[in-house]
Amino acid sequence: MELDKINMLMEKYFEATTTVAEEEVLRNYFLNEKVAPHLEQYTPLFQFFSRAKEERFTKQVPLKPRKQPYRWLSVAAVAVLVFGIYFGRSYQEKREAEFAYQQTKKALTLLASNFSRGTEKVAYLKEFEVAKQKIYNNN
Amino acid sequence: MKQVEFLNVVMPFKDKLYRLAKRLLVSKEEAEDATQEILLKLWANNTSMANYNNVEAFAMTMTKNFCLDRLKSKQAGNLKLVHSNYKDENTSLQNQLEAIDSVGWVQKIMEELPEQQKLVLQLRDVEQYELDEIGQLLDMKPTAVRVALSRARKEVRVRLMAKHNYGIR
Repeated sequence: MELDKINMLMEKYFEATTTVAEEEVLRNYFLNEKVAPHLEQYTPLFQFFSRAKEERFTKQVPLKPRKQPYRWLSVAAVAVLVFGIYFGRSYQEKREAEFAYQQTKKALTLLASNFSRGTEKVAYLKEFEVAKQKIYNNN
Repeated sequence: MKQVEFLNVVMPFKDKLYRLAKRLLVSKEEAEDATQEILLKLWANNTSMANYNNVEAFAMTMTKNFCLDRLKSKQAGNLKLVHSNYKDENTSLQNQLEAIDSVGWVQKIMEELPEQQKLVLQLRDVEQYELDEIGQLLDMKPTAVRVALSRARKEVRVRLMAKHNYGIR
């Protein structure tokens, strides 16, 4: 690789106008070729970068196929709640209806008993009628 | 998404995530934890992963944000004190790097740079991303990335020179 070109690339490198490919050329030069004395100071830089790229992530990551029981739990809870409200309400309605029925029945019985008392009194009127007939017949 | 499928998607760039995390967090353990955290997050969202057109870029951004948060958090503040003790315990690669002195310098110089410069150098010079890709990852305009990159490279050069000439002058 001609030194001129490398010099030019180095200049561009520090202005950060080199392309990735040009930087690859520089890296190759500094890692594999005999480096010109005035550029030798940059060798560690490129050595460092290429070494830094060799680092590997070796730690094992425990990737458990995550089951999410809580999601189903919430669905179940909502279902229970809905059923609870539905049946709870119908039970409540039934009880209210029963209560209203009992109440009405009581009221009606009261009414009925008062009526029957009324009819008892009306029975006296019949007595009156009988007496009146007797009088008419006698005349 | 099945586990195998997920691994096929994630495997090619998991090292990149780790290296980015390590560049920012310095400590190997911290970086491993961060990477694991990111991978688990991705796995947790794997059903929506098909919607991202670039999972790698998405994961890189996640890693960057996670690490920066980490550095900001109090926890990291505590860890920073420990960082100076970490270096000797680090893995063989680190020791290899230290063995070659000048490469070790670069390592140290990199550690001293501000976060943004670390990020651009890592993404460009180590991972060879294009400028506009880096722009996407860092939420910057490509021109701004170029300026930051140039500044970072020059900064490294200045510091490298200073170290290089240290015994001589």
